[in-house]
Amino acid sequence: MGLFQKFFQNKERKQKAEKYKIGMMKTRQGSLSSLKDILTKSKAINEDLFSKLEEIFIMADIGIDTVIEFIEELKDSVKTLQITDPLQLENLIVDKMFELYLKDEIINTNIRYNQNGLTIILFVGVNGTGKTTTIGKMAFKIKQEGKSVMLAAGDTFRAGAINQLKVFGERVGVPVIAKEAGSDPSSVIYDAIQIAKKDKVDVLLVDTAGRLQNKVNLMNELNKISRIIKRETNNQPYETYLVIDATTGQNGLSQAKIFSEVTDVSGIVLTKLDGTAKGGIVLAIRNKLGIPISFVGLGEKLEDLEYFDIENYIYGLFADFFQG
Amino acid sequence: MAFENLTSRFQMALRRITGKARLTESDIDQMMREVRLSLLEADVNYKVVKEFTDEVKQQAYGEKILKGLNPGQQVVKIVSDELTKLMGETASELKLNPSGTTVILMVGLQGAGKTTTAGKLANYIRKNHDKNPILIAADIYRPAAIEQLQTVGAQLKIPVFEMGKTNPIQIVREGLDYAKTQGHNVVIIDTAGRLHIDDQMMDEIREIEVISKPNEVLLTVDAMTGQDAVNVAKSFHEALHLTGCVLTKLDGDTRGGAALSIRKITDVPIKFSGTGEKLTEIEVFHPERMASRILGMGDIMSLVEKATAEIDEAEAMSMMEKMMSGQFDYNDLLKQMKMMKRMGKFSGLLKMIPGMSTMANVDQIDDSQLAYIEAIINSMTKAERKNPELIERSSSRRNRISEGCGRSTTEVSRLISTLDKQRKMMRQLQNMNPQNIQNMAQGTYQPRESRAMRRAKKKSGGY
Repeated sequence: MGLFQKFFQNKERKQKAEKYKIGMMKTRQGSLSSLKDILTKSKAINEDLFSKLEEIFIMADIGIDTVIEFIEELKDSVKTLQITDPLQLENLIVDKMFELYLKDEIINTNIRYNQNGLTIILFVGVNGTGKTTTIGKMAFKIKQEGKSVMLAAGDTFRAGAINQLKVFGERVGVPVIAKEAGSDPSSVIYDAIQIAKKDKVDVLLVDTAGRLQNKVNLMNELNKISRIIKRETNNQPYETYLVIDATTGQNGLSQAKIFSEVTDVSGIVLTKLDGTAKGGIVLAIRNKLGIPISFVGLGEKLEDLEYFDIENYIYGLFADFFQG
Repeated sequence: MAFENLTSRFQMALRRITGKARLTESDIDQMMREVRLSLLEADVNYKVVKEFTDEVKQQAYGEKILKGLNPGQQVVKIVSDELTKLMGETASELKLNPSGTTVILMVGLQGAGKTTTAGKLANYIRKNHDKNPILIAADIYRPAAIEQLQTVGAQLKIPVFEMGKTNPIQIVREGLDYAKTQGHNVVIIDTAGRLHIDDQMMDEIREIEVISKPNEVLLTVDAMTGQDAVNVAKSFHEALHLTGCVLTKLDGDTRGGAALSIRKITDVPIKFSGTGEKLTEIEVFHPERMASRILGMGDIMSLVEKATAEIDEAEAMSMMEKMMSGQFDYNDLLKQMKMMKRMGKFSGLLKMIPGMSTMANVDQIDDSQLAYIEAIINSMTKAERKNPELIERSSSRRNRISEGCGRSTTEVSRLISTLDKQRKMMRQLQNMNPQNIQNMAQGTYQPRESRAMRRAKKKSGGY
């Protein structure tokens, strides 16, 4: 991959848009050749150029609504700033992307640990996005930070899910609380919370079965799980991560919307970003629903989970478009 | 969400362009812009959308507008026809080897649903083709993948061949031998999910294909996949000899534009769709249904297409006869309304009822008003429903009905005059020749309805 290096070393760093200028990225990462190519070849800023830009964004799955909005803003800025040279668009586009994502907020994607007691992190999402694998990676990451971790096998439905989590537990070296397949997930999770509290574990990572957001019964089940955790944590805020596959298209919006209705989704884990998919739907989710991206999954190894970095991400969006 | 926006935008566009005999370039351009947005919203690949809309534009230009359709609807019809053609018009079946062993190789990205689909498919083939399937567990990478397949196999009572985490090539080779000795005539190989850009893993699957000589290589694709579906399908198609696709998780609320992208890029048919978490929930893929799902203009299409399909033909016919005879009463009106309800809640369909369109502002009648009309009729006595004159003559009856249903007497009166108009019109129709009826149909009726009427006439011997 290479694009998403461990850049986000200083996690407390404030992500201010103006800090990240495109020139910086260019020297560090090679070049923003594709975007630059288009801009260089264009003689003027015109509709043709805008439609080419539109193509880049749509191909990244950002979604037509957000793209149209974005392009309109870009056009407005071009007018007010009286930009005529296509090359000057470079900075403008990147700035606008930052604005779109940051929305004048300071986004802190660090895990909010409970200072006096157990921290619970719930993982939700549709089928096959990589919840269980993400939990394995997250356990590894948190354990490396020196905290004790426990896993709760809340996916009692999918064949093999419990054992998959157990394998990760073994690899990372953390205990896994599980019941037999088919048992009530709420009861597994309740038990796990009790054991974690008793054993004075720092962080409990809770797996849940994948569910499509239009299945009302399954969403109710998730709501119950969320209520139990709330009750057991005395209504302290806790992290709920919605796991979204980077190949997901516009359905991601519907996922984010409905999952946030039944749980308090606090962040997104964007998985499988090591493929060719751009996962741009998370920008639309941020734009429309305000949910930030917390982590990205970049491979199959345990260490392939990174804090999300908007700068690297935007670079990735442009990097390999229009090759050939 | 966004989809509703699109539909209303689309309807706006429809309204803007009406009343011409042929499609003009600007009609087409306007409509195609909306079609394009709708397809993009459905995750159809940008380039595929571009090609598709360009092709349709060429085709639509100068096309004669069918009777009863407005130009916008005509464009939608062309788009929908082309989309259906592109998706493949008929369902494609599995190629099963009638005498020897059939080998099916499942491939795809991580999390697409290969293992579940392998199980579903084995069950489907056993049930529908009377075969004796076996599953081979060749995913040695993902933790507990073998166990997942074993669990699925156990639930279905279908054997699973596994050798733990040895070389997948060897597993497949020995699995095929084992299947032969055990008399299994269908072998389904479940492989590890792999990224299409992972050269090492793609080499592995290529080798598996060479040694297993599969009759079917099925790419499993998540229906929620976005723009990247094209890259995935292309890479797998280049590396392997794909024979089909399985679209999974189609029971979600995704529009599934990936199906179109894949079809257009690879020309490989989509053979099955996964429609639920249960192991029986797999269906032969119906391209024509997918076309309208992707287009996402089901309701507009309905006005064009659905009317005849959903109404029970016989019921419609007897209704017609009744209308023609001038004996149309409130029972019939109620029945007619129920028929409409079945077709979907489209106030536009009100226009189908003769005389209804002359009622104040048909376009503003929302579906709740349909319910009111139903309520008014339900507040009538049986005798009144059969004999509309009773109410027409008696104001006390009208007042009683109005109180009974909670609607104003004005509304009751309006309904009465509507029915009256209908009956009169029907009597007039009887005296008309077919040519005139057809002319009228273009103005007031939906086209399908007029066809149904023609059929009704034929049945009753014409006049």
